[in-house]
Amino acid sequence: MFGFTALELARIQFGFTVSFHIIFPAITIGLASYLTVLEACWLRTKKELYRDLYHFWLKIFAVNFGMGVVSGLVMAYEFGTNWSGFSAFAGGITGPLLAYEVLTAFFLEAGFLGVMLFGWNRVGPALHFLATAMVALGTLISATWILASNSWMQTPQGYEIINGRVVPVDWFAVIFNPSFPYRLAHMSVAAFLATALMVGASAAWLLLKGKDNPAIRKMLSMAMWMLIAVAPIQAVIGDAHGLNTLHHQPAKLAAMEGHWENKGNEGVPLILFGLPDMYAEETKYKVEIPRLGSLIITHSLDGTYQGLKEFPKEDRPNSTIVFWSFRVMVGLGLLMILLGAISVWLRWRGRMETSRPFLRFALYMGPAGLVAMLAGWFTTEIGRQPWVVYNVMRTADAVSPHGVVELSITLGIFIVVYFAVFGTGIAYLLRLIRKGPIVSEGLQMEVGGPGQERTPARPLSAARKSDRDDAHKDKE
Amino acid sequence: MGVDLSIIWAVIILFGVMMYIVMDGFDLGIGILYPFFKQKDDRDVIMNTVAPVWDGNETWLVLGGAGLLAAFPLAYAVILSALYLPLIFMLVGLIFRGVAFEFRFKALDHERHFWDKAFIGGSIAATFFQGVALGAYIQGFAIKDGQFSGGPMDWLSPFALFTGAGLLVAYGLLGSTWLIMKTEGELQARAYRITRVLVWVMLATIAIISVWTPLIDERISARWFSFPNMMWFAPVPILVAAAAVLLLRSLVKQQHATPFVFTLVLIFLGYSGLGISVWPNVVPPNITIWQAAAPPQSQGFALIGALLIIPIILMYTIWSYYVFRGKVRAGEGYH
Repeated sequence: MFGFTALELARIQFGFTVSFHIIFPAITIGLASYLTVLEACWLRTKKELYRDLYHFWLKIFAVNFGMGVVSGLVMAYEFGTNWSGFSAFAGGITGPLLAYEVLTAFFLEAGFLGVMLFGWNRVGPALHFLATAMVALGTLISATWILASNSWMQTPQGYEIINGRVVPVDWFAVIFNPSFPYRLAHMSVAAFLATALMVGASAAWLLLKGKDNPAIRKMLSMAMWMLIAVAPIQAVIGDAHGLNTLHHQPAKLAAMEGHWENKGNEGVPLILFGLPDMYAEETKYKVEIPRLGSLIITHSLDGTYQGLKEFPKEDRPNSTIVFWSFRVMVGLGLLMILLGAISVWLRWRGRMETSRPFLRFALYMGPAGLVAMLAGWFTTEIGRQPWVVYNVMRTADAVSPHGVVELSITLGIFIVVYFAVFGTGIAYLLRLIRKGPIVSEGLQMEVGGPGQERTPARPLSAARKSDRDDAHKDKE
Repeated sequence: MGVDLSIIWAVIILFGVMMYIVMDGFDLGIGILYPFFKQKDDRDVIMNTVAPVWDGNETWLVLGGAGLLAAFPLAYAVILSALYLPLIFMLVGLIFRGVAFEFRFKALDHERHFWDKAFIGGSIAATFFQGVALGAYIQGFAIKDGQFSGGPMDWLSPFALFTGAGLLVAYGLLGSTWLIMKTEGELQARAYRITRVLVWVMLATIAIISVWTPLIDERISARWFSFPNMMWFAPVPILVAAAAVLLLRSLVKQQHATPFVFTLVLIFLGYSGLGISVWPNVVPPNITIWQAAAPPQSQGFALIGALLIIPIILMYTIWSYYVFRGKVRAGEGYH
């Protein structure tokens, strides 16, 4: 199809399904922690707007969680259907890590999610808060397992290869592999940032539409504080992650920078923009700043680092893609810092909730956290190529023996179904957001729990039919 | 030697798959039977009989997949890549019916029919392709050097298509007897009528598969029809006959819960018959659980988590069903 090879189609298929999936858990991680903060504020201050905000975001959390479960089902099978070589070879390590992720998620569902979603009027405030905090912790633990597995593929250690397959010899080394702490920190903070931007954009949207109440203003305020505190930290973590990549995966870093070769001992320029050409082995149309590349990557003015030409052609990741996906991520990160900085200025001038250009900027930045996260994933995953387990197994040896025809058919089905199903889900989420937090929302009785119509196994059910009807009426 | 981790894991996965077949079976069955109930009120009641439990049921499918990868990575790799197309079709069916469940109740009146159709189509597709995958699995795969070496359509055979149709009948029967147990009045009467037909179709299906399966592979027929195995396995067909008689009798007596229980017994016996045919292979025709096993370090590490958390999931499941016991009536629930 369109001249793609079977390997490329298998990669596109996996990339498509996992990119769709990753959005939901990321928001789940961020919202769970946000809800914990809201509930803590409510318990400390007893200000009702915190309780109202808690219930507003709880419904959105539930729908989002449900879509994460549904899209995750596919992921549990795709490692085998699409990457049988990889599963047979490395399943001894990635399998148990994935199993722990699944078990953690189910433990949460059986334990604390039900209390969190439906227990507000049934259990004491301290127990309910504990449930929320445990769900937040659980989402982070789930992420930890998955990122341990992914990081092991990037920087494998703690294993031996016996009879042509991976055998774990030291689980501690497997899990705490060199890139794991950086990736975990970078991804968790990315989830928090993406959520803060989404919350901020929701508030900006409501304010722009003329809805205004103290809860909406508080939403905007909290989101902007989060942004200005965390976006710069994310830049620092990203820098540390980059140094880690330079050390363990130098080819990836060279591809991200479009850096082909050193000129003697001269400092390396930073290429701001350009078009890396894999065949011509150069970066075309480049705009560069002398020595800045050395400064950023080696933290000295005349340090050098390996260029792509120092790696055999068959071991080079596609620089054209990762050069740009990396710049999209960094560019959006800089915009996030800018948005945070403007918010501080406007807050000081007392105009944060009323400045329409600022609110519009915050609205447009709503999806930026998710886009930056996906761009970051493209960078790290495509940058790992041509390896599936870095320097151990090539992606070409990992793929299942499927032909172009069946891969094209299934890819087409996935695209249609995902856009239809998750498109509907996302539209539904937007309708819930459009309704906005309502004063005294938390006072309504919530009925649910095991054996009730609305149960923790069906988080989507936490949002009621009436929510949708009201939102619809609102539109008319 | 000490504990055989491969056996423990095989038991865990067999148990997980059985839990899945039993529990997702009846709620998929309800989707299959949905076209026979046209009125919105009936459909609402039917949906509400499974609403609190269906999603937890799919838990076992995810657990089965992850457990298989952790404990028998080679089996996971070969089976899933060999059954690529039917499994993808099954997953797409499950996605559709899963979200249809929720979106149906949230949809406006003029949108609802779309999600009703998605529910029916998704349930039928998921069940049929599960059955096809099962049939193809029994037939075995072309394997070379520990990799699937067959073609993309190897799974497509008369036997696999028949098991696909057979699973539709089996899940349909689970669904109809579930409805007998959970409903009353006219709705229940209709469930009885559907069940009476389905029982006979089900028994015919079991008979045909019992004859057909040994014909596929002489190893399977040797397993069943050699001495002394025959004596050990003779209880299986005898118990099938007994369960069938008791099931039919419970229908005549118009009992409520018994038909569902005996259908479960039938399904369980069919499942154990399958296990007998295949054991100790995890990938038919010739990869055993020991050949496919992950290193003991992997099986042991994952086992700790499984033994801690699976009992909690089980207790929670039992509690959910206990709270939810009893009949479901029209107008109940928030929908």
